[in-house]
Amino acid sequence: MTGDWIDVGALVEIPLRGARTIKAANGEEIAIFRTAGNRLYALVNRCPHKQGHLSQGIVHGDAVTCPLHNWRISLSTGEALGEDEGCVPTIPVRADAGRILISRIAMLATLAA
Amino acid sequence: MDFQGTGIGAENRDDAPDTVGTQRLVVIGNGMAGCRAVEEILARDPGRFRITIFGAEPHVNYNRIMLSPVLAGEKSFDEIVINDAAWYADNGIELVAGDPVAAIDRAARTVTANSGRTVGYDRLLIATGSDPFIIPVPGKDLPGVISFRDMKDVDAMLAAADRGGDAVVIGGGLLGLEAAHGLSLRGMKVTVLHLMPTLMERQLDEAAGWLLKTELERRGQTILTGADTAAIVGDGKVEGVALKDGSTIPASLVVMAVGIRPSTALARAAGLAVGRGIQVDDHMVTSDPAILAVGECVEHDGQVYGLVAPLWEMCRALADGLVAEPSGYRGSVTSTKLKVSGIDVFSAGDFSGGDGAEDIVLRDAARGIYKRVVLREDKVVGAVLYGDTADGSWYFDLLRKGDDVSSIRDLIIFGQAFAQGGGQADPKAAVAALSDDAEICGCNGVSKGKVVASIQAGACSLDAVRATCKASASCGSCTGLVENLLALALGDAVESGPKTICKCSSFTHDDVRREIVAQELRSIPEVMQKLHWTTPDGCSSCRPALNYYLLCAWPGAYVDDQQSRFVNERLHANIQKDGTYSVVPRMWGGLTNPRELRAIADVVEKYDAPMVKVTGGQRLDIFGIRKEDLPAVWADLNAAGMVSGHAYGKALRTVKTCVGSEWCRFGTQDSTGLGVKAEKMSWGSWMPHKFKIAVSGCPRNCAEATIKDFGVICVDSGYELHVGGNGGIKLRGTDLLCKVATEQQALDHIAAFIQLYREEAWYLERTAPWIERVGIDHVRRRIVEDAVGREALTARFLFSQSFSQDDPWAARAAGKDREQHAHLGEFRPLEILAAEGAR
Ligand SMILES: Cc1cc2nc3c(=O)[nH]c(=O)nc-3n(C[C@H](O)[C@H](O)[C@H](O)COP(=O)(O)OP(=O)(O)OC[C@H]3O[C@@H](n4cnc5c(N)ncnc54)[C@H](O)[C@@H]3O)c2cc1C
Ligand code: SF4
Ligand code: FES
Repeated sequence: MTGDWIDVGALVEIPLRGARTIKAANGEEIAIFRTAGNRLYALVNRCPHKQGHLSQGIVHGDAVTCPLHNWRISLSTGEALGEDEGCVPTIPVRADAGRILISRIAMLATLAA
Repeated sequence: MDFQGTGIGAENRDDAPDTVGTQRLVVIGNGMAGCRAVEEILARDPGRFRITIFGAEPHVNYNRIMLSPVLAGEKSFDEIVINDAAWYADNGIELVAGDPVAAIDRAARTVTANSGRTVGYDRLLIATGSDPFIIPVPGKDLPGVISFRDMKDVDAMLAAADRGGDAVVIGGGLLGLEAAHGLSLRGMKVTVLHLMPTLMERQLDEAAGWLLKTELERRGQTILTGADTAAIVGDGKVEGVALKDGSTIPASLVVMAVGIRPSTALARAAGLAVGRGIQVDDHMVTSDPAILAVGECVEHDGQVYGLVAPLWEMCRALADGLVAEPSGYRGSVTSTKLKVSGIDVFSAGDFSGGDGAEDIVLRDAARGIYKRVVLREDKVVGAVLYGDTADGSWYFDLLRKGDDVSSIRDLIIFGQAFAQGGGQADPKAAVAALSDDAEICGCNGVSKGKVVASIQAGACSLDAVRATCKASASCGSCTGLVENLLALALGDAVESGPKTICKCSSFTHDDVRREIVAQELRSIPEVMQKLHWTTPDGCSSCRPALNYYLLCAWPGAYVDDQQSRFVNERLHANIQKDGTYSVVPRMWGGLTNPRELRAIADVVEKYDAPMVKVTGGQRLDIFGIRKEDLPAVWADLNAAGMVSGHAYGKALRTVKTCVGSEWCRFGTQDSTGLGVKAEKMSWGSWMPHKFKIAVSGCPRNCAEATIKDFGVICVDSGYELHVGGNGGIKLRGTDLLCKVATEQQALDHIAAFIQLYREEAWYLERTAPWIERVGIDHVRRRIVEDAVGREALTARFLFSQSFSQDDPWAARAAGKDREQHAHLGEFRPLEILAAEGAR
């Protein structure tokens, strides 16, 4: 644990076009996505529609399609794309030397909200 | 050209009168940046400094990026020298080569080399470059393990190549691939190990990385992606590389090319500010005003660079700041090219997409070309080119200048010549301007005149054009041109053709299926490349479809892509609204026994499943299982002999039966027995959509066989076979396919029908809409009237089943892909808050 960034695991543990979750002690889950372009994103693991687990969706480009009713959610903004409306909180995340680092402050703020 | 431990160029410098220079400049590092900086200084004021350059390598200054051509045998060392001995002499520079500087004394303003030689400075320039990163695995120090950085490394590789044998290159980036190319040209058998799933992932996107891998493999290199090195093995010298998956690759030479680190040890020891590199300001001055630094060893504005172009800019700013008007360095945007392998690859800027990024993709399979330009707010922010890099510098220029490209957006992907073709900026106008004999479709040799003629003769849609004159009927790369011709000739009267597979492609499901077989396409990236996909990695509609089509076309050979499967198939269970899963074990033909019932009851209790339900397909569905618990649940069910019911899959689900002649007073045949046989034959097969079978023992039809995808009604004289029923959203009763006499014939027909459906239906199309689309007559013709064809279908089905009938639950329970079920990490906000409070 280094300052403002928390190491949550190795980058290779998330497949390209895949996602893994972090479990928070209050029962909430954070989903961390890795795109084909090797970008990392972190979102609260709840679809703005009916709470679908976004981590289980299919990742394409910089979006994920929710496994429950196919809403498409932008990974960078957390907003629903297309006709749908809704938004899910995002959390700053980055990779450094093969490790995944997530913003501690933003995690605390998100989980407190 | 060795100058081991000698000073050249300025003999007796210390005693000589100061003909040049009043101040003394000492340079540590005789590499690309150090010497370039000196050149820039001399160009501005040749008389300002008396210069001494220390170099760790025993050479004059040479062009490091040309080491790859030296290794590949395209150049000799003499040809890559930048500044020969005469240059040092002519400029009164003292070169101390082969004697690295060991310490800097900032208070005394001196540097001391390994040999003990101490020189004083007024200004010191550090240009120590980078150190290759050596992954800390056992065996890394064995003789035969080298990096790829300097001439000594190249000499070691050349000596190893002379002895022949196997080489392993660890690292599939630019450097690693150049090393691999050189070694394989020199006759070694080369394996490249790359940790990431695609080659050069920093420079290339997945599609281009895949093309590169395919081409290198075609040239005889072995490329292992996702390969994690565990150890380098050998007794006294390198003998092989052991991977974490347990395999070992023999090697007499191992080249590590996994990355570089700024060489900062000297600066750090001298107490200079060092982050990732030696920190410098816009004039390349370090935290000590008397000391400058330049090149790969520095960090400017948080960035470090590993290419030469930024160094040139740094060197200019350095010389301006030191001897002329300060100009200031502002950071660089970089681009990359692969030099030596004869494969044209280019990339620049940011091509990873992201918010507001728009991709323009061009894939020309016939010429092996992939181009992708990424725009954001009408500006080029990134480009990846494979196969044709001629326009790389143009895109790079647009990128650096940040020009608004909205006026040439439609044509930008075709390159500079096309996009700046003045009056041709409208694609329709460009097509209109073509002469009648201009070739439109290269595959079928169709001219513009022929296409226009067939449109005038009544072909009002893309498909009609394809059918009448063959244009765009093969590889499809001319589809855009044909569409423009249609629009020109007909305006709004163009009929839109059958729906394309999704927005990423102009091909229909049928086109895609046909081309996968005809062109022998064997992976998703290959399909996307050959069929001109317009997005880099597809979408959630096309990827699962392609994955299925490939799996159906190449049973046993195609490697399934997990990331292209819907979550249910990825986790082998049904996702429910609260994010838990439900699990349905197979109950063959609806039969069960005490052991199975007990196992199910135990699972329900052990994992606290809130509900168990008898399904419409005569099975038991266990609800509310947490993702983490799935493998354990399956292990328990497996232990009682139960396997996955595929209730989650586009696959064979249930075979519903009645009790038939075994128990029922009306039963004419053993409907339960036939149901069990049908299920044992067809379970595990992936389909375009879910597939259900039922067998009833008499026309009373207790198993409701006439609303199933395949229904069998047993009668006294044999078996009536019904197809295409659906009890779903749109209720549809079956069509009678035919009647057969024996149980075996019934089974053969079931297999043939399933296979026809698997080979012809569109992904996510159930049998009912499929049959309504193609007509029951078509199905009868293929299965009833054509006995040879039917047998072939049956045989293909059984062949494909020989690969797919294993239980996915068993593999998972045994630990395969276990990470799919586990959390990546854990976060305890309360503990953190408490810790903060305590502070
Ligand atoms: C094989 C290869 C191919 C490359 N291809 C390309 C390419 O195609 N395009 C591109 O843009 N870039 C390429 N590069 C990268 C490019 O070569 C570097 O960016 C560039 O050389 C960096 O210049 P530099 O002066 O900072 O470091 P270097 O050129 O490495 O010079 C540093 C010098 O300092 C010396 N030194 C270190 N410590 C001491 C010390 N204590 N005392 C004395 N001397 C010391 C080192 O021995 C070295 O000679 C390639 C690199 C390699 C190795
Ligand atoms: S379908 Fe016929 S054989 Fe089967 S249970 Fe019903 S009545 Fe009996
Ligand atoms: S819950 Fe995500 S689409 Fe409905």
